[in-house]
Amino acid sequence: MADEPLVLGIETSCDETGVGVVRGTTLLADAIASSVDEHARFGGVVPEVASRAHLEAMVPTIERALKEAGVSARDLDGIAVTAGPGLAGALLVGVSAAKAYAYALGKPLYGVNHLASHICVDQLEHGPLPEPTMALLVSGGHSSLLLAPDITSDVRPLGATIDDAAGEAFDKIARVLQLGFPGGPVIDRLAREGDPKAINFPRGLTGPRDAAYDFSFSGLKTAVARWIEAKRKAGEDVPVRDVAASFQEAVVDVLTRKAIRACKDEGVDHLMIGGGVAANSRLRSLAQERCDAAGIVLRVPRPKLCTDNGAMVAALGAEMVKRNRPASDWDLSADSSLPVTDPHVPGTSHEHEHEHGHGHGHGHAHDHVHELSKDNLYS
Amino acid sequence: MLLLAVDTATPAVTVALHDGESVVAESNQVDARRHGELLLPSVDKVLAEAGVTLEAVTGVVVGVGPGPYTGLRVGLVTASTFAAVLGVPVHGLCTLDGLAHAAGAAGVEGPFVVATDARRKEVYWARYEDPRTRVGEPAVDRPADIAEQVAGLPAVGQGALLYPEVFPDARGPEHQSAGALASLAAERLAAGLEFLPPTPLYLRRPDAQVPKNYKVVTPQ
Ligand SMILES: [Zn+2]
Repeated sequence: MADEPLVLGIETSCDETGVGVVRGTTLLADAIASSVDEHARFGGVVPEVASRAHLEAMVPTIERALKEAGVSARDLDGIAVTAGPGLAGALLVGVSAAKAYAYALGKPLYGVNHLASHICVDQLEHGPLPEPTMALLVSGGHSSLLLAPDITSDVRPLGATIDDAAGEAFDKIARVLQLGFPGGPVIDRLAREGDPKAINFPRGLTGPRDAAYDFSFSGLKTAVARWIEAKRKAGEDVPVRDVAASFQEAVVDVLTRKAIRACKDEGVDHLMIGGGVAANSRLRSLAQERCDAAGIVLRVPRPKLCTDNGAMVAALGAEMVKRNRPASDWDLSADSSLPVTDPHVPGTSHEHEHEHGHGHGHGHAHDHVHELSKDNLYS
Repeated sequence: MLLLAVDTATPAVTVALHDGESVVAESNQVDARRHGELLLPSVDKVLAEAGVTLEAVTGVVVGVGPGPYTGLRVGLVTASTFAAVLGVPVHGLCTLDGLAHAAGAAGVEGPFVVATDARRKEVYWARYEDPRTRVGEPAVDRPADIAEQVAGLPAVGQGALLYPEVFPDARGPEHQSAGALASLAAERLAAGLEFLPPTPLYLRRPDAQVPKNYKVVTPQ
């Protein structure tokens, strides 16, 4: 297979309809349609609203991405799509579109893992991932420490949140402070003008007997809310900037502390941070400070690649093609709880793998499709 | 002419090829939970049976519902994507019109009612003057609430069969067939009639329910 496969990636696991195009580790296009504004009044993502928006945006976003990339769909080496984890109905729109697209073009389909994609996207920014890679993924949906010896086949969970995701905690505190949804960007902005040491909020799961790599943000969230309530009850002004800064400091302190510890324990000398919360400026600066002190190389993609997008899916898809991983079958399902240990959903057909080497000319593209069906469709 | 028709608005996952004269190949499966998995393999099977590739298709026909949302979207996004890649038109048809057409083929004349299962103890339904003439727009209602409007009329579709107390003269066809939908489309194309855009008929607003993990747990 080509060293630099041309892959289109589709992401619909939450509220962003993302379609990206990459060539190997080079980003060619990153088209996004977001329904975030439609969710704002609910204070969180409403699955059915997200799914409806995905359906409307899907085909136009694919076409925009291809145009932006300046490539022809016929030249693609594969179509990748987030198969999970995520919102079931939302995932299904992207998976169905990807299947139809791959089938119509006679290209292999790769159902890939959303979390592994968040890690792999850094290849578009900083070149090939070191192996193994230590990754801290933090967003509204996930907070995990992952060790990835091979992003296409071997991703190991070291720890995860036992209650709220880090991004969720930002949203909830923003709601208590009446700052709107999503909470991350506004808290980040206000915190810059506040004192992170003003209030000493608790650091969850950092005791000597606590799980070294797990996170907990529920206690912190309650502590912050109680602190605000107490101020309000006493008739005092809530120092919003100091609360934001102190809350944010508690979150990023724990995240970076545990990530650095995981690197040291596993002997990994670099750390990748991804997910929407990786756009947080304090997380980036504290991680940089602590990585420098520990002699660890920090890799954080630009904010637009940290939030959910199609380019990250394409990046992982391209790696799947490059490493000759088996493609997915046409009955690929959207799996809302796809385990992080499954970087992709390989098909059961053996035809798949060696078929891919031939480079699909327009003419025999559909022969390929029919060969697949012998193995997959009537069993 | 070669039409590829798909409909996933009901528990049926149904795909058919129609050459303008008749149905060339058809696949029907009933599995309300697996639209996403079953549709593409069904398309592949139908094309293989007819001995053609997708590129031979000159138009895509899709049932736009009404139907429970998750499955409905599978057919719509598949049809729109195929049409975009092939550069052919996509013709939307009301799913109930497809069932009405099938009812006509099965000898039901009219007037009659088509009702499909809308879940939550409701039906999607419409009245037909004859198999080609719907009276008004499709609606979603609790069967008891429309008992008067459908009284005395034969009714087809799973929604009718599920509620015999409201639809005592319920009969087949029970499930949507893409073959019937394709035949209707071929007829309408020949007559130069209009189609619907490939956008879903949800007939219900989304439940504005925020996922549990977003609820504020602190006392306000
Ligand atoms: Zn994500």
